[in-house]
Amino acid sequence: MKRIMLGNEAFARGAWEAGVKVVSSYPGTPSTEVTETLAKCGDEVHVEWAPNEKVGVEVAVGASIGGARALSCMKHVGLNVAADPFFTAAYNGVTGGLVVLVADDNGCHSSQNEQDSRYHGRGAGVPILEPADPTECKDYMKLAFDMSEKYDTVVLMRSNTRISHSRGIVEEDERVEHDVIPYEKNFRKYVAMPAMARVNHVKQEQRLAQIVEDAHNIAVGVPLGSDDITAAVEGYPLNKEELNDPEIGIVTSGICYQYVKEALPNASVFKLGLVNPLPLQDIAAFAKKVNKLYVIEEGNPFLEEQIRAAGIPVHGGKELFTIQGEYSANMIRKAFGIELPEGETDSTDAPGRPPLLCAGCPHKGLFYVLSKLKTTVMGDIGCYTLAALAPTNAIDTTMCMGASIGMEHGFEKATGSSKNLVAVLGDSTFIHSGITGLVNMVYNEAKGTVIILDNRITGMTGHQQNPASGKNAKGEPAPALDIYTLCRAIGVRNVFEIDPFDVKELEQLIKEETERDELSVIITKRPCAMIVKQPGVPNVITDKCKNCRQCMKVGCPAIAMKDGRPYIIRESCVGCGLCTRVCPFDAIESTARGAGKEDK
Amino acid sequence: MEKNILIVGVGGQGTLLASVLLGNLALMKDYDVKLSEVHGMSQRGGDVVTHVKISDTTVASPLIEKGEADIIIAFEKLEAYRWLPYLRKGGAMYVNEQEIIPMPVVLGQVDYPEDIDDALAKAASTLVKFDALALAEEAGSSKAVNVVLLGAASKALPFTQDEWMEVIEKNVKPKFIELNKEAFAKGQAV
Ligand SMILES: Cc1ncc(C[n+]2csc(CCOP(=O)(O)OP(=O)(O)O)c2C)c(N)n1
Repeated sequence: MKRIMLGNEAFARGAWEAGVKVVSSYPGTPSTEVTETLAKCGDEVHVEWAPNEKVGVEVAVGASIGGARALSCMKHVGLNVAADPFFTAAYNGVTGGLVVLVADDNGCHSSQNEQDSRYHGRGAGVPILEPADPTECKDYMKLAFDMSEKYDTVVLMRSNTRISHSRGIVEEDERVEHDVIPYEKNFRKYVAMPAMARVNHVKQEQRLAQIVEDAHNIAVGVPLGSDDITAAVEGYPLNKEELNDPEIGIVTSGICYQYVKEALPNASVFKLGLVNPLPLQDIAAFAKKVNKLYVIEEGNPFLEEQIRAAGIPVHGGKELFTIQGEYSANMIRKAFGIELPEGETDSTDAPGRPPLLCAGCPHKGLFYVLSKLKTTVMGDIGCYTLAALAPTNAIDTTMCMGASIGMEHGFEKATGSSKNLVAVLGDSTFIHSGITGLVNMVYNEAKGTVIILDNRITGMTGHQQNPASGKNAKGEPAPALDIYTLCRAIGVRNVFEIDPFDVKELEQLIKEETERDELSVIITKRPCAMIVKQPGVPNVITDKCKNCRQCMKVGCPAIAMKDGRPYIIRESCVGCGLCTRVCPFDAIESTARGAGKEDK
Repeated sequence: MEKNILIVGVGGQGTLLASVLLGNLALMKDYDVKLSEVHGMSQRGGDVVTHVKISDTTVASPLIEKGEADIIIAFEKLEAYRWLPYLRKGGAMYVNEQEIIPMPVVLGQVDYPEDIDDALAKAASTLVKFDALALAEEAGSSKAVNVVLLGAASKALPFTQDEWMEVIEKNVKPKFIELNKEAFAKGQAV
């Protein structure tokens, strides 16, 4: 049957059809829906959210050694976290097929950087597949498992935002079960000691060479026979040469292939499905058939540098295009001097619409207080990062997940003071990579204050369960990590739990704890407003209002200015009541009070 | 036949269902179709856009470029304005009149452009601007704004009444089918 599928759904479908049995991932835009889709299949696949990407890859490696086909998915920066197991698993190879899916974010739609994961794949020495549309997402995923087993290698599936978050028509096939391969101890393969590693490194180089040799025969869309995969006759080639007008020849891959087809339909194209190892001989042969060779790739000149280094003359590459940002058909048209079908209207004066913390968001209470106290805030990554924007402007730094704690500690050691200094991070982020930082603070006698924003969900990436949320990836009940007890067990003596909407008490507590010459942890507990239904009855600003605009400092999307005075936008207000608590004149009336009730 | 449809709005307004319906209509008719959408950070109240490209041959890039949209369906007025440069000459716009004021305007950092209505009228050959939210509420739910807007835009799209009804039946939860059909009819009547 044909269905419209998101690229990520197609990856999931491909893995399912390939008989994947174990999936362990950590959410991250734009990769998340692969695992979410797999979590909705039946019991034939074990799907879990790991606490971070390193654990996810380790679980997948273990499952592969146990003989099952296994997958781990993450966003680009997640592969940094998982790089340690990834680089060594890349030497050791696999038993059951093992695929790591990484989704880059060219254009920084939802990320702190635009790093190019192809370098990780090349650095680790694994084949990288890069699909160009949802059909290829599915087909390449199946091929990846076959290649993994055939060549005894981890395979990196590289996507990006435009591939993962575009939809297209995909034909569904049946699932093919792969029996778990019986375990046989093989310490030379799986115990990475120097003597073994030296041998395995050589083997790795050999299989990459073999893959390059086989590349022009590898076909997509047919199962690779276990003996002679190069004999595949149906399907379509992984690397495709499309000879048209010989004047312009373009080497490209992934989403850029689509932009090229749109902008330069008559050009000759060498489309790479395998972007590592590069079939340089095939590219050289293509280059001979065209007059001018161009390389079009988003991100760094990964293909271009290797092609140039192989002595193949490149007429145009990064000098025509950018390293930063996404490409488009128009960008290519422009580079080739083709007239653009520009619209006539200019709307550059349209005010920006930055994302913001939702009406009712529990984080708002905390950042209202931190903004008021002018605290220096080592921030982290999650919804709460949005508090860095106006009107709260309450975050000083954001770098990578879990970094707030280490950075606060370093800042304290540098300045000699932890007064009016805090680290803030979410529950999922704390579990991902904050715990070790806190251990370090205890061990090295920090005096700072760490605030854990426990909204009982992984919010920013679309509400995935996590080890503290009480449910697993399939939504079934699961043991919930008790963050309070954990902090005590690590050795933090001052641990507090508080509702961030109790703004007066919270302000007092933050003042006391940041003054105290001892390490403290404050856990602000209130569930995400998108998960637990708010009262839903809007508040109103009454004529007791003295126009002090304290309520505007909350940064609520439901409070705006009209004729020089704040007012509450009825349709946007969820009735959470935070504004009623910050108003010094009791001028905001709530028609409904009390706790929210469980929605999901 | 080629139709490029841009669906624009504010994160949380339900723009994704509209594009899923359009995609499935194209699939039913054996057209090729690609959609590109926004997930992640912008869904927290930022501006969101879905590109829908339908063709009776093949669609390569999932992105609509400036000056290439045949139709813009806007869930919010400022967003209609923001995406105007994407409308082709002679293109049509279906606009929900609702205004959601962005934070920089709320904070007085920038002004809300005053002449949006004029700019829309000047750029679009067909401009249908109406209170889709009110019609959705009349149909039974403010969430049905997406289907009201599709009803209005359906005149400019190559699908029959039966096909629209079928796609609603197949893609909407059973208890909301009647509500959505009602919302669609209200949009059509605009
Ligand atoms: C290494 C890494 N993995 C994943 C992500 C994607 N990511 C950004 S925020 C976030 C979750 C934040 O959840 P939480 O800390 O609970 O805060 P909330 O958004 O719920 O407020 C994730 C997974 C990332 N930025 N970096």
